[in-house]
Order: sequence, then C-alpha cells, then structure tokens
Amino acid sequence: MTISTTTPAVSRIPLVSSLETLRRVRRDDEIVITTMGSAREWMTLGERHALDFILVPSAMGHGTSIGLGLALAQPSKRVIVCSGDGSLLMNLGSLASIVAANVPNVVVIVFDNGVYEVTGQQPTAGAGVGRAAGRGADFGAIARACGFDSVYEFSDAPSWTNDARGALDAKGPTFISLDVEPVIGGTAPHSPGPTAARAKRLMEALRR
Amino acid sequence: MFSGEQISSLLAEVGVTHVITVPDSTIGRWEPAIERSGHTRLVRVCREGEAWQVAAGLHLGGATPLVMIQCTGLFESGDALRNAVHDWRIPIFSIIGYRSYLDQAKLPGDTCLVFTEPILDAWKIDYRLITSPSELGVIRDHFVSCRGAGKAGAALIAE
Repeated sequence: MTISTTTPAVSRIPLVSSLETLRRVRRDDEIVITTMGSAREWMTLGERHALDFILVPSAMGHGTSIGLGLALAQPSKRVIVCSGDGSLLMNLGSLASIVAANVPNVVVIVFDNGVYEVTGQQPTAGAGVGRAAGRGADFGAIARACGFDSVYEFSDAPSWTNDARGALDAKGPTFISLDVEPVIGGTAPHSPGPTAARAKRLMEALRR
Repeated sequence: MFSGEQISSLLAEVGVTHVITVPDSTIGRWEPAIERSGHTRLVRVCREGEAWQVAAGLHLGGATPLVMIQCTGLFESGDALRNAVHDWRIPIFSIIGYRSYLDQAKLPGDTCLVFTEPILDAWKIDYRLITSPSELGVIRDHFVSCRGAGKAGAALIAE
C-alpha cells in the first residue's frame, strides 16, 4: 500500500508535535528507538516508557539496523525506529536489509528536515538545496524501490495527527516519511545515563 | 579450511541463533549449510557496519548473534563496532575472514596483511588466529570463553 499526502504544505510539521503524536498513539508493547534530534526532543516529552530505547550515543545512521535486530529477536513486538534524513542517508542499505529479512514488525519513520541539524543545519546531500532541480531525495520512493510493503508520506501536521495510528498498524515493514521543520539551535542530545545500565533495563523489560 | 557443515554444527553447539553476514569467497560458501541447519538464521545485510548493529539489536532482544564478515568489512565497520561493543558494551562474537593470509598469489602486496591484526587490537577485540583445519575447537572454546566473560571476541580465519 502506498499513501501520499502530497498537498502543498504551508509549513512543515514541527518536530516536537510530530513526536507528541507518536507518543500519543504508541501502544504499550511497542518498542520506540529514537536517535539524534528525535531522541533529544523525545526525552523532553515526559516520563520514559520501559520500551523506549534512546540510542544516544549512536553510530552513523544505524538506528534502523538496531531496529532490525530487535525486530528479529522480538517478532511479537512492533519496533518503531525514528531516524533523521541525514542518518538514513548514511545507512540507506539498511532499508534493503530490512525487507530482505522479511520482518513485518518494523516501522521506520524518517523525520526529513533536509539538514544535519545537530551540527549546525548544514544541508544533507539529499536536500533539495543546491540541487539543479531543487528537489530533495525522495525517501518514500527509495523505500518503495527497496520493497517496503507500506509507505506513507506526510507533509502536514493534521494528516499525521489523524492517520499516524493507521500507518503504524499497516502491513509491515512500513516506512513513514514526515516532512518536519528543523529545530533552530537544535543540538546533539545528551546521553540520559550509563549505556550499559540502559541496555540492561531494555533487555529486562523485553523479558517480562 | 572448514566446511559449511562443520561451521553450522559449531554454531548449533554454542547456541548461535542468528548469523549476520556479508560474504567473501571463503565464508560465503558456508551459507547454504547454515541456511539448511534450521537452528541458525542467516541475516544478509548490505554493508558490514550494519552487521554489528543488527547483532546489537538481536542481543538486546535476547538472541545470540554472530557477525560473519571479511577483514575488509571489518575495516569498513569501525564506528558501528565501536558503538555496539564499547559504547553499549554488547558482547558480540565474530568470525572474520583474513584475506591473503594463506594465499598471497592472487593479491600480491595485499595490505590486509598489514592492517587486520592491528585493527583488531585497536578495537580491543580479543581474537584467535585460525590457520589450520584442526583448530575448529579453538573457535568453540574462544566463543564459550568470551560469552562467559561477557566480552566481544573474534575468530580470524586465515584465507
């Protein structure tokens, strides 16, 4: 299935409100992985869920790969990976790997703001800025070409607010592209605590 | 060096649930036997850095993964390895093909011989160099030892 809300956007979706929507519709047994800007803002939204995995520090765009591993190990749980567009560009092959692994319980959400936000908002190589045609990389098309069963693209807040749960519940693996605003002055997220202890807490939560 | 059946049996014996791999011409030949085994799932990724992070996710989810790549892929995957093994302290075991160790005719002057072992040392991976078919047990013993110690380890397979 492919659904696109391609009506011209007056403004992009604010990152925080896009995450608030995800937090509102997220089910209790769903694992949510956040990285970079999404991790920074997710940590401000309130109490953390036992199945939140704040992937800070991270490697270059590997949230999708950690998500694939978790989905393989926990086939009864949906794994929602929040990635930036810059991060996803660093690890585009992971989309093909997810499809090849035949894991229906993975949802990749790319928060596409066109910039490396935490390093000072330099345009990514996929951004429309500087390209001859002015068009950025089409992440939805990339996901479709890799074989994702369900692809959704949202460019305005009301559509995402209304349809988020439906998109998450689609036949997976699922890819969701959100056209979000860069956060001015957004910096790299701080680690919310010792990594080994946080890894252990997640493992314990998954054993319950 | 080893047949696919030997490696597959070893993986079963030590309880490996998933092998995450990018093949080379030696370790790639083990894939059919691993796939046939029914006890170890093969996970193919596009690039070696992915393999360490998929393994990390599998470990967090309660599985017992093993990364199987060539040394050239080890070079590629440094940051992913560093993050999984050292930042997150996830004890991932790997089997790494050591290109040109036994056969230097195909790629004379192959710099894999210069960099592979220093790179493993730099990443603080406790490894065993396997140069003979009689050393299958060394891989098993090292895997079991690393698992017991909760640390990463590798078997470096001469090719």
